[in-house]
Amino acid sequence: MIHVRDVCKSYPTRSGTKVVVRDVNFDVYPGEKLGVLGRNGAGKSTIIRLLSGVENPTRGVVDRQMSVSWPLAFGGAFQTALTGLDNLRFICRVYGVEPETKIPFVDEFSELGRYLREPVGTYSSGMLARLAFAISMTIEFDCFLIDEIIAVGDQRFHDKCHVELFERRADRAMIFVSHDIGYIQAHCQRAAVLHDSSFTMFDTVAEAYEFYLAQ
Amino acid sequence: MTVGQSSTSLWRSWQLQRRVIFALLMREVLTRFGRHNIGFLWMFAEPMIFTLGITALWTISGATHGSDLPITVFALTGYSSVLLWRNMPARAISSIQPNLALMYHRNVKLLDIFIARLLLEGAGASMSFFILSLIFIYIGWVDPPEDILKVIAAWLLLAWFGMALAIFLGALSEQYELVEKFWHPTAYLLFPLSGAGFLLEILPEDARNALLYLPMLNCVEYLRDGYFGSRFTAYYSVPYVILCNSALSLLSLAKLREVSRTVIPK
Repeated sequence: MIHVRDVCKSYPTRSGTKVVVRDVNFDVYPGEKLGVLGRNGAGKSTIIRLLSGVENPTRGVVDRQMSVSWPLAFGGAFQTALTGLDNLRFICRVYGVEPETKIPFVDEFSELGRYLREPVGTYSSGMLARLAFAISMTIEFDCFLIDEIIAVGDQRFHDKCHVELFERRADRAMIFVSHDIGYIQAHCQRAAVLHDSSFTMFDTVAEAYEFYLAQ
Repeated sequence: MTVGQSSTSLWRSWQLQRRVIFALLMREVLTRFGRHNIGFLWMFAEPMIFTLGITALWTISGATHGSDLPITVFALTGYSSVLLWRNMPARAISSIQPNLALMYHRNVKLLDIFIARLLLEGAGASMSFFILSLIFIYIGWVDPPEDILKVIAAWLLLAWFGMALAIFLGALSEQYELVEKFWHPTAYLLFPLSGAGFLLEILPEDARNALLYLPMLNCVEYLRDGYFGSRFTAYYSVPYVILCNSALSLLSLAKLREVSRTVIPK
């Protein structure tokens, strides 16, 4: 379970305090797939970052009763001067996983070949996405936070992601942030809409979508 | 296996901390030294070259700095100490922004990033001091330390001072860019006062007492007392250094806490 209670997040800006979200209340249950809809800049990524613990709420509590991944956004969280392999090693060490046991999987999934031993800064966005996703799958969590998963990559990559997420890890909770309603409809039981700093949870994706369109 | 539970006992926190610092340390070694030529051996080759250069320079110029001591041991103890307390802040200042991506992982905190960097910096300076000591003792230019425990204690106190100062300035530099501009001249001006190039016994009492407010000067005198204490009169106060270090540590942790609330991982 993740309990989110009365969470507010604001950032100081040059023209005063900007409230991104206020009075957010919801729970994430084990194994459930949850979508978050919202326009650009509505605060979707902020919600993901608050859930992951990368940022702390200005007010309120995020209580994590299960292990939660870092925000799996493609390309983020990499050291561009290091090779793909060194980035894998770093992340494995941070999470207490033996890196050498994970190399075969990452090598096979990412299809990077010898580029795995080249600096990440030289990768194309597609290569970066494959590496990022492969590394994310080496650490097991009860809940995965997935930010714009399908923005990059070809069909083959999407198919492989699908197998890893929805077949091999069907029992885990997942929270998706996306503009792609089709994707959220296909995979989520519930969805929430972010609009005007408020976070509204709906029991079905259809209701959420209707509300989203009406904004 | 799942990782990253939010309820953590003290023991688990300690394990986690060690794991994260080790990961950061390995990463730091790679980003700083890479895998080219001698790789991470640069960690102590670089400070060794510095110390050797200064030793050679002072030997040639006959800069005995007002004492009849062999110049080698004088330069070795003096310049190694400077490298220890001066390089750590230089490494910590403005080190937050380039590392923000690491904090995408919840368990990686600012303090861990600083500790990993500073451990590496301290280890480099320590290895350089240790290896040069061994070489000089082996070829007979330097006598073995008279009291090795004093040398170790002084070195650790100085490393503690450097680390606390580094974290304080590193955190402060996130709020005020001026810290970066001012640290280099300040460190440069402090260098001649830090005891690297003179012994306190040659100074009149007033000047001596004034200078002893500098914690690093106390440490250098303490270090030299351990190395060749029978050949000069050392002036220092260990309780004073401990007091300074403790106060500075508290201050630096408080500053870091304040800064870590405002830092937003990219």
